[in-house]
Amino acid sequence: MKLSYFPGCTLKNKAKNFEDSALCSLKKLGVEVEEISRWNCCGTVYSLTTDDLIHHVAPIRNLIRAKEAGSDRLMTLCAMCYNTLKRSNERVRSNPEDLDIINDLMYKEEIDYKGDVDVVHLLEILKNEIKLENIAKKAIKPLKGLKVASYYGCYLVRPQEIGFDDMENPMIMDELMTALGAEAIDFPHKVECCGAYQTVDKPEIIADRANQILSSAVKQGAEVVIVSCPLCSFNLDQRQKETQQKFPEFKNIPILYFSQLLAIALGCPQDSLRLDLHYIDPKPILKEKGLI
Amino acid sequence: MRTNISRHKIRSPFVAKVEELSGQNLLACYQCGKCSAGCPAVYQMDILPNQIIRFIQLGLKEELLKSNSIWICASCMTCNVRCPKGINIAEAIEAVRQILLRKREDHVKVEELSDSERGNVPPIALISNFRKFTS
Repeated sequence: MKLSYFPGCTLKNKAKNFEDSALCSLKKLGVEVEEISRWNCCGTVYSLTTDDLIHHVAPIRNLIRAKEAGSDRLMTLCAMCYNTLKRSNERVRSNPEDLDIINDLMYKEEIDYKGDVDVVHLLEILKNEIKLENIAKKAIKPLKGLKVASYYGCYLVRPQEIGFDDMENPMIMDELMTALGAEAIDFPHKVECCGAYQTVDKPEIIADRANQILSSAVKQGAEVVIVSCPLCSFNLDQRQKETQQKFPEFKNIPILYFSQLLAIALGCPQDSLRLDLHYIDPKPILKEKGLI
Repeated sequence: MRTNISRHKIRSPFVAKVEELSGQNLLACYQCGKCSAGCPAVYQMDILPNQIIRFIQLGLKEELLKSNSIWICASCMTCNVRCPKGINIAEAIEAVRQILLRKREDHVKVEELSDSERGNVPPIALISNFRKFTS
């Protein structure tokens, strides 16, 4: 299998642990990944107003890049990129007149976009194409005894047109963790918003949310929390500093990308995990479980 | 808070503009309160999501434009996916935000953010924040 890949901005710096671990895992699973050339920022959020077509140009231009690479689908890892690319794609598919305007705005592009590229998330590929039972067979280092709470947040599951899983009780990451030998921990805050971009100008809101979400996971017995979004990761990991200051009772818990645990199970080298990029150090618990 | 309701406000261009920008039939709302019940940000809002819809219906422009709620909402879409009438509340709130932003009334002043506020957060946070809170 060969896939065109859209990394997005944050996977090239603060979320390098997400990218490196995912790419190593895909290699181990026999998937060839090709990063599209000249990709641009997707805009991170889907434009919600009816008339704001200019903000769909950036996502759609990336779909042109996929087409130029001879691909009819584009894989992403970041939940926000996935949401933005997929929703803009759905919008132009169901509104041909909008697509004409957007193509006109990009008159210097060599080809027009025709709505013929599918946007897919790595988790979809793992579950629907590679299949979890095949991944389980390749897990040379099962995540035995590790209690993992899967946090889905917003953009992977909402709205309905975007989600590839149940909006209120998604299970795809829980199923992946179970397949890898971990103990999946259910908790009631797995789709509750972390506060997202409020982190820039209202970090105190994030402390409230992180306290609620993570304390709920800890209460259910989780030892680590996994995410699929670099913004959730920042808010739930780095903002534990502010959370601790605001709530002295708060107990720290390491935050990992699902791909890092996948990479460990598949036997990827430790340098692909980039465990140095975490605020709450996940190494002690991973060492305790004999995983690194 | 004293609020005057009038036919003039209900039929104002403001109501039409919110409906146009959001693409929502806001009169469909029957005030069940499900949006506010599930909103994770509601504890910080001065006007609750179901009240925002009611305020829009009544054309209470000034109250909406000065509310903090429109800047607290992070478009997490929980209200949208739970609304029994199929109304996209997040789009209605976006429309009110846009009415201010399109007059260059930015909520976040980029030049006033400190180096640490700008430097410590990932690109994804800055871009989404500026997309939502600046013109």
